[in-house]
Amino acid sequence: MSDALAASRRPLDLVPYYKALFLLLVAAFVAVPLLATVLGGFKTLGELRTNPFGLPETWEWENYAGILFSGRYWQLLWNSLVIASLTVVLTLIVASMAAFAFAHIHFFGSSMLLSYLTMGLLFPAATAILPLFIKVRDLGLLDSYFGVVLPQVAFGLAMSVLLLRRFFKDLPHELLEAALVDGCSYVDFFRHVTLPLSRPILATVGTIVFVHSWNSYLLPLVMLNSDALYPWPLGIMVYQGEFSSEWHLILAFITLTLLPTIILFIFAQKHIVAGLTAGAVKG
Amino acid sequence: MTERSGAIVMRSGRPVAAAYRKKAIDGRLTALLLFLPPALLLFTLFVVLPIGEAAWYSGFNWNGFGKPTKWIGLDNYRFVFDTRGFGTAFRNNLLIIAVSLTIQLPLALTLALILAEKFRGSVALRMLFFLPYVLAEVATGLIFSFIYDGNYGLLASIYRAFGAEAPHLLASTQTSMLAILIVVVWKYFGFHMMLFIAALQGMDKNLIEAARIDGASRWQVLRHIVVPLLYPTIRLSIFFAVVGSLQLFDLVMPLTRGGPADSSNTMVSFLYNHGISRMRVGFGSAIGVILFVICVTFAITYKRWFMRNE
Repeated sequence: MSDALAASRRPLDLVPYYKALFLLLVAAFVAVPLLATVLGGFKTLGELRTNPFGLPETWEWENYAGILFSGRYWQLLWNSLVIASLTVVLTLIVASMAAFAFAHIHFFGSSMLLSYLTMGLLFPAATAILPLFIKVRDLGLLDSYFGVVLPQVAFGLAMSVLLLRRFFKDLPHELLEAALVDGCSYVDFFRHVTLPLSRPILATVGTIVFVHSWNSYLLPLVMLNSDALYPWPLGIMVYQGEFSSEWHLILAFITLTLLPTIILFIFAQKHIVAGLTAGAVKG
Repeated sequence: MTERSGAIVMRSGRPVAAAYRKKAIDGRLTALLLFLPPALLLFTLFVVLPIGEAAWYSGFNWNGFGKPTKWIGLDNYRFVFDTRGFGTAFRNNLLIIAVSLTIQLPLALTLALILAEKFRGSVALRMLFFLPYVLAEVATGLIFSFIYDGNYGLLASIYRAFGAEAPHLLASTQTSMLAILIVVVWKYFGFHMMLFIAALQGMDKNLIEAARIDGASRWQVLRHIVVPLLYPTIRLSIFFAVVGSLQLFDLVMPLTRGGPADSSNTMVSFLYNHGISRMRVGFGSAIGVILFVICVTFAITYKRWFMRNE
């Protein structure tokens, strides 16, 4: 190998190392806070000060066990699960029906109504949160699951309808024509043909809506008063308020509440990544 | 299927076709009446009406009980603009946008360029970087309020290791916003990275190969082909950064609650702290209307100017 060739190769060869170093730094930036949280839950309060980064000297399982065997943790997860599931089911039903109408039925004012619905993409729920609170109160839904679920569904509609409509439109149109000629009604076609064919997009929309609802904080904060109904993001704030500086317990609690999200993420990462990015791009 | 339906029409001729058309129109009407009202009703009731009501309530001095009667015109808007905290909140939102554009976006783009290529561990790293985006803002905020904690936090430990006094980042008006900005980058860069990776994977490889064969250097390909092809995604990413900043709230609450002394409020947390938690409906609604106007103006102008073709 000539010297010239070696010299010309050397600067190029460094690039992968810079890349690796850069990736390592970013990975540490992301992972260290998370690992510190998980491990911190296994330490005593004192050890958090003396041994912030290392593995715990003795693994304090009682931090985690105490939370796992308390009814409180399960109650919070249950509330979140109920709220998120109701939101997903209602959103999918209401949005897919509307999306079907917009995709397949030609009627006067169709594009106008669609732009009316997609107005919802332009502003966040926070802008109208006070009148929304008063509305929910006047409807007698304050401090109930539905007081959170219905506004969440309403604010998720715009994006869901758009995503579903696009998918419905791409289904072969001959299918609908043939079915109509054969005497099948729109409603039957929707139930027996469109929905079964649309499982992928329903899963995607469902995932987006579920993650948003599972993590949501502002709406439940405003609409719910009693601890018994709190979803976990509210509960975890209450917990932190109670154990203000007992960080080892708070860290264990955070870890356990994040666990369902992380497990779901590991098993459904494709759906979640596709859903959250597609939802953003196409919404 | 088309064959069969064609046969039916041919065999049965005109009258059936007319009957079919009438039935189809009836069916269409039934379907419309069944399918549209739920969505329109929910949307109108919980999204559109509250926005209109916010505009109406913002003219009153009202605590939310009984009926609004004390009409004070535009005074609430004057009160909002006269409150020093609101200016700070608005500036903080701009600051978040600035950091998103100058730090988060380049970081996400660089990582995407590296990780769009397949090598061992690239998928795992993508997932790791995307993970913060999936975690709840509230939990993220709490994790970092531990990291920043002056007594037990990781940051304090690092300072102590060098024999320095640990700073209380979240408790000082000087540093509270800096602390939040770091968390914002931590939480959201992975999302923008994924947008770029998706765009890179959908990119036409022939163009790049052709340029390479023609002797363009890696840097030239990047500068003159890849990045220009990413412009639509970059515009999209900027859009999300701005919209996300305008509604940032969940992250602020566990970290600072907007404090100390209103130094780290965003507009939404300002709305919460000064409108909702004190049930000043008129005042809060005025903030909501201002936020609404900002969001809608931005969304419409941006889409018109920068995303016309998308």
